[in-house]
Amino acid sequence: MASIDYPLERPAVSLEKGFAQHLYEWVATVDHKKLGLMYVVSALLFFVIAGLMAFVIRLQLMFPNGHVVGPDTFNRLFTMHGTTMVFLVGMPLVAGFANYLVPLMIGARDMAFPRLNAFGFWIFLFGGFLLYYSYIGGSGLYGAGSAPDVGWFANAPLTEKAFSRGHSTDYWALGILVSGVGSIASAINVIATAFSLRCPGMTLSRMPLFVWVMVVDSWLILVALPPLTAAQIMLMLDRYLGANFFNTQQGGSAVLWQHFFWIFGHPEVYILIFPAFAILSEVIPVFSRKPLFGRAAMVGAVVAIGFISLGVWAHHMFAVGMSSWSNTFFAGSSMLVGIPTGLKIFNWTATMYGGKLRLQTPLLYCCAFLFQFLVAGLTGIMLAVAPFDWQLHDSYFLIAHFHYTLMGGLVMGIFAGIYYWFPKAIGKMYNEKLGKWQFWLMIIGFNLTFLPQHIAGMLGMPRRIYTYAPGRGWELWNLLSSLGAMVQFVAVACLVWNLVHSALRGEPAGDDPWDGWTLEWATTSPPPEYNFEKLPVVRSSRPLWDMKHPHDPDWKYE
Amino acid sequence: MAEALELTADALTMEREWKTPDRGTVGIIFLIVTESALFLIFVLAYLVYIGKSVVGPYPKDVLEMPIAATVCLLSSSLTIVMAEHQLEKNRIGPFRLWWAITILLGLYFLYDTALEWKKLIYVDHLTISTNLFGTTFYSLVGLHASHVTVGMTFLLLVFTVSLLGFPIETQKRRVKFLSWYWHFVDWVWVIVFTVVYIVSAR
Ligand SMILES: [Cu+2]
Repeated sequence: MASIDYPLERPAVSLEKGFAQHLYEWVATVDHKKLGLMYVVSALLFFVIAGLMAFVIRLQLMFPNGHVVGPDTFNRLFTMHGTTMVFLVGMPLVAGFANYLVPLMIGARDMAFPRLNAFGFWIFLFGGFLLYYSYIGGSGLYGAGSAPDVGWFANAPLTEKAFSRGHSTDYWALGILVSGVGSIASAINVIATAFSLRCPGMTLSRMPLFVWVMVVDSWLILVALPPLTAAQIMLMLDRYLGANFFNTQQGGSAVLWQHFFWIFGHPEVYILIFPAFAILSEVIPVFSRKPLFGRAAMVGAVVAIGFISLGVWAHHMFAVGMSSWSNTFFAGSSMLVGIPTGLKIFNWTATMYGGKLRLQTPLLYCCAFLFQFLVAGLTGIMLAVAPFDWQLHDSYFLIAHFHYTLMGGLVMGIFAGIYYWFPKAIGKMYNEKLGKWQFWLMIIGFNLTFLPQHIAGMLGMPRRIYTYAPGRGWELWNLLSSLGAMVQFVAVACLVWNLVHSALRGEPAGDDPWDGWTLEWATTSPPPEYNFEKLPVVRSSRPLWDMKHPHDPDWKYE
Repeated sequence: MAEALELTADALTMEREWKTPDRGTVGIIFLIVTESALFLIFVLAYLVYIGKSVVGPYPKDVLEMPIAATVCLLSSSLTIVMAEHQLEKNRIGPFRLWWAITILLGLYFLYDTALEWKKLIYVDHLTISTNLFGTTFYSLVGLHASHVTVGMTFLLLVFTVSLLGFPIETQKRRVKFLSWYWHFVDWVWVIVFTVVYIVSAR
């Protein structure tokens, strides 16, 4: 590995740059690392905003007959919370992590199309602003404005002109459509980068699993996002040109919207969870001091999910009244997708088994992911059984299920990734003690919030009700849930403080604080604009291990 | 030491012989993949709503097969290949000729679509809001026509810069990608034509 060279000097940073110059540098940048950071930071900002909305929702539901907000405001809150979390938090996190890490991990100097990359980020951010502008312009400036209130999956015909007056639904459709263009641009970029810019010797079989998962994730974005875009174009045609796609008076079908939405909506769940898969596949081996268990099977599983997950969408529609053949098919395919997912959980656990575990914050979050995502998977299998779903459809059981998936799974995985790569991206070490505090507060708060919701759901509490009468046995579970939300609030505050404080005052991290094995640790922290002074040459799937152990390199065994 | 030297030599060979796919090729292929997914949904919507209109006019009453336009569009796929062929040999004159023919064929297609829509709107009183047929017809055919228009814009751009003396032979790769996109738009037309003018108009 003689040809991996460390850059001799850190990039020179002139201290004389003014604010305007810094701003110009960030706004005009086409550097994948800057864009990646901007994606992640804007996602975290939207995460805090949507989290605060959830907090208000929990305050409202804390006690029976709550009076914190009215029903109209409540509808807007859960719509904006869901829409923001999926499209303005989850999607930019995919793009952000992929942008920052894929080129570094495959030994490239930038993404395949740097300018397209910048376009993707700014159009995504514009879409986000467009959605939030609805608070001002939602009813066409006649009134005080209103945000969308049709739910994050915006079922027809509720979204038709007759039932959804004003412009708030238009902002929903346009904002998401526009930010979707950004996601498509970024997905094409990730795939082209991973295929075309790999450094010498980085064959597909040696490519880090993180990159593999991101490639399959981008594939899913490319085939699953256009159905949503198409459905939103149809909705806009209905609303502005009087087309009849979802106009039931003219024979249009409301169920068709559901099909189109969920053809996107279910793969979207995998699009969102894949970054967590990607992060776990890098963090767990490094913190267990063992190579990933069953690497080839992991790649196979992720590719399998990338195809099977395209054929399960109607498990969101069991309550619609489809034919029993459809119900059977979609119940079966939904259970099928559990197999590769279970295999992944098994392999991560097997990687940790017998390893020299370093119980630092990134690994702790991976453990939390494994437990909570397993719970989510199990309730998911339950909901895939159509008759079971008929009982608990659109109840708090479902809410608990998908928050275990997305919060207990995705967000915990993202936290692991943030702590793991923070030293690389910023060059400073985060505060480990505060990180552990945040971890414990987070998992206590999270489980306190969402475990009781399973029970509230089984006791019949439907989603999206703005309040409830006492005496149905829901009080305790809602109270616990709301208390949990407060603990989570403190935990997220710890995270924000930790990141901001460490970025300003943290100890220098060094280039390779975790003794890692992938190429991003072979350059400086933060990496220079050109990433690597000399492009590395790779001979195994752990190039940095080979370099550190020239007498016992991996490639002798591969 | 000997081993280390051997490794370096090995690495150098690897570096020299390392080949990855062209990024533009990968990019355009996956752009076509994602566009296909978009068209698929509009085609599905069209198919689902065949025969579901509650009022007329219906496809079999008003649709006429656009044979001439179809022949033009499909043959433009051939002429663009001829143009590419000439460009490969750096013969700019013949390239411009074939390119111009491609543009004219594409323009005729768009002109024919415009005439068809004019007839449907003014004579048959079919608009996008009339019934489900109008809704799905104008959106599917319109989506395709908008893609032809985008392709046409780029075709005209290439033609113009070439006439202005820009050395187009330095852009063979990009011309190739444009031609792939044009082929894609043509193939989509085959599907749209089958679904709209054959399946639904029976
Ligand atoms: Cu699903």
